[in-house]
Amino acid sequence: MSDFDWLFFTEVLVGGLLSGVMYSLVAIGFVLIYKTSGVLNFAQGALLLFAALTFVSLVERGVPFALALAVTFALMVVIGIAIERTVLRPLTNKPPITLFMATLGLSYVMEGAAQLVWGTQVHALELGIEDLPFDVGGVFISQFDIFAAAVAAGMVALLSVFFRYTRVGLAFRAVADDQFAALAVGLRLPWIWATVWATAGLVALVAGLLWGARLGVQFSLSLVVLKALPVLVLGGFDSILGAIVGGLLIGASEKLAEVYLGDYFGGGIESWFAYVAALAFLLIRPSGLFGQKLVERV
Amino acid sequence: MTILSKFKIAALAAGVALTNALPAAHADEQYFPLQSYRVGPYAAGGTGFFGGFIDYLNLINTRDGGVNGVKLTWSEAETQYEVERGVEAYERLKSNPNVAAWNPLSVGIAYAMIDRITADKVPLITINHGRTDSTDGRVFPYVFPLLLNPYSETSGIVNYIASKEGGPESLKGKKIVVLYHGSPYGKETIPIYELLAEKFGFELQQIEVPHPGNEQQSQWLTIRRAKPDYVVLRGWGVMNPVALKTAAKTGFPVDHIIGNVWSNSEEDVIPAGEAAKGYTAITIQASGTEYPVVKEIVSAVYDKGLGNLEDKNRIGSVYHNLGIVNGILNVEAVRIAQEKFGNRTLTGDEVRWGFEHLELDPARVEALGAKNLFHSINVTWDNHEGNGYVTFQQWDGKKWNVVSDWIAPDWALLRPIIEKSSEAYAEEKGIKLRTAEDAEAATN
Repeated sequence: MSDFDWLFFTEVLVGGLLSGVMYSLVAIGFVLIYKTSGVLNFAQGALLLFAALTFVSLVERGVPFALALAVTFALMVVIGIAIERTVLRPLTNKPPITLFMATLGLSYVMEGAAQLVWGTQVHALELGIEDLPFDVGGVFISQFDIFAAAVAAGMVALLSVFFRYTRVGLAFRAVADDQFAALAVGLRLPWIWATVWATAGLVALVAGLLWGARLGVQFSLSLVVLKALPVLVLGGFDSILGAIVGGLLIGASEKLAEVYLGDYFGGGIESWFAYVAALAFLLIRPSGLFGQKLVERV
Repeated sequence: MTILSKFKIAALAAGVALTNALPAAHADEQYFPLQSYRVGPYAAGGTGFFGGFIDYLNLINTRDGGVNGVKLTWSEAETQYEVERGVEAYERLKSNPNVAAWNPLSVGIAYAMIDRITADKVPLITINHGRTDSTDGRVFPYVFPLLLNPYSETSGIVNYIASKEGGPESLKGKKIVVLYHGSPYGKETIPIYELLAEKFGFELQQIEVPHPGNEQQSQWLTIRRAKPDYVVLRGWGVMNPVALKTAAKTGFPVDHIIGNVWSNSEEDVIPAGEAAKGYTAITIQASGTEYPVVKEIVSAVYDKGLGNLEDKNRIGSVYHNLGIVNGILNVEAVRIAQEKFGNRTLTGDEVRWGFEHLELDPARVEALGAKNLFHSINVTWDNHEGNGYVTFQQWDGKKWNVVSDWIAPDWALLRPIIEKSSEAYAEEKGIKLRTAEDAEAATN
């Protein structure tokens, strides 16, 4: 082990953890919807694409940054409410697979709509944060990744406060715990669901901007959902903390696996390694690290 | 973009064939079926390429009244770059009369069409790409990887690196990393890089990036540790800008990254922003609008409201110019075939004959208004690539600039490898090798 390059190991590990934060950002959008309505929203990637494309298209047309951000957020809120009204409400009480298929269809509609409205060209997105490394004791760390991690931390803190200390947040938690009990005490489920979808739209906007700055704003942005799925399996579908921890674990493990095990499998293993890790974990703990255990009376 | 044009895209998305110039069973028309992709993840490339191709066909119709009086027609079917949609589009479009050639601009769709077009006796053009061994016309009579197959591309890139280092002998002891897309396309050149490494004595490391390539941290950290002299980027789609950004993030100099033909467009560098400045990539056609043929397209097609690109700023972009060059090669093949078979509508097999005699030397290229847009081509019955030359372009943050002369790949070195592969394919499929006499005969 004396020949082992610990500096390089640290660099891979840190890079993986920071990549994991980016996965978590997408996963949080899933968690919000799943937590309150039990729907695995496959359209989260398409929402992310739509948000980023809208924002960058507005900026390119001369709209100031802050105004573009506000307009895009408003649009995402409207879209969230529209989805609840036109897709989810008519499907209330339908089996989960029906709702999942509805969001799958919705993702195609959103992807098509994004290209229809804003065109097919790719766009660069500059957030004013340079993606250059700085040297910490020989380990290169990306400034942009640090910024993304800070944004993710801020968002988790904000959502935690929101869920814990606001009336709307408490209503979310009530609905998440028991929809029928929430109805019985007078909570308006459709309004809560619409608010949740709007919040997921905000998360999609933030994730879309960060991922867009990293990849460029283009159709492939919608594929980042594939990075979020193993994170959800590992962390639990209904836990924001789980999304963060799951993202860190998946990010670090897939990068380390690619570097240290990749050669044994011919390389290019990180995309499926994350799923293998998630599947293995699923067998041990089906509800994920922080997900609620489902107990049903039969 | 008008609302009407957006609905046009919507119609395409629904898989509806959009007929721009309706094919009809007319004696003096030659039809091009276009399996295009204007929506989906690769729409930026599809709209540019098919836009350029259609613009050139339009130029020939409006300026010359067609090819020797034979009007060119075409219609499109949306594939979204998906193989099954491409095959379905093929089945739908092939019923149109007077098909000249197929141009899907997709490796997957082209592979799925080889048996079909061979049975139909209609040429399949895979400009810039396709399966390498289809260069061998003895085995693949109807497939044409015009100007550049993947092995020639590899040789061209290594020759360029050699020229930068002071000659082939300077490659000895150098280290080159090839970062390739985790797909059959990406893996196709693995053996040829190994062969060239052995020949020139450079150290080689080939690293796979899993599809789609939106995460490359571990690959670039490995590269940083390997300390190569050059990295060859054999990417596709989102993998390219991510590679450039991650290279910057890990401190690898961008001017030592050389991209292949599917890593050489504006769409590959614009999303990478500052990180792409100084990046160099191979091409068989230059970008820009200064070439006479491109200027003519602007004046004779766009100024009359017939242009295919919705955004005129994309005129002269990499994919648009590739489409124009593809148009030139298709039209000239028809013209050459007409010299033998008469100025009339040709069968697919007669157009195949035209492609197999497609010789455009630099003087003819200049006469076509394409001097320095591309170099030359010389297709023969058994060499379906046609010895295309390559050049290299560097991104300055706003546009590509040509930074090399036209470079010849090492065709003599590559030919035996290609023949070995094609002969194995022929044996597997029970194909009898074609002779020059077989190739001369064309059915009408």
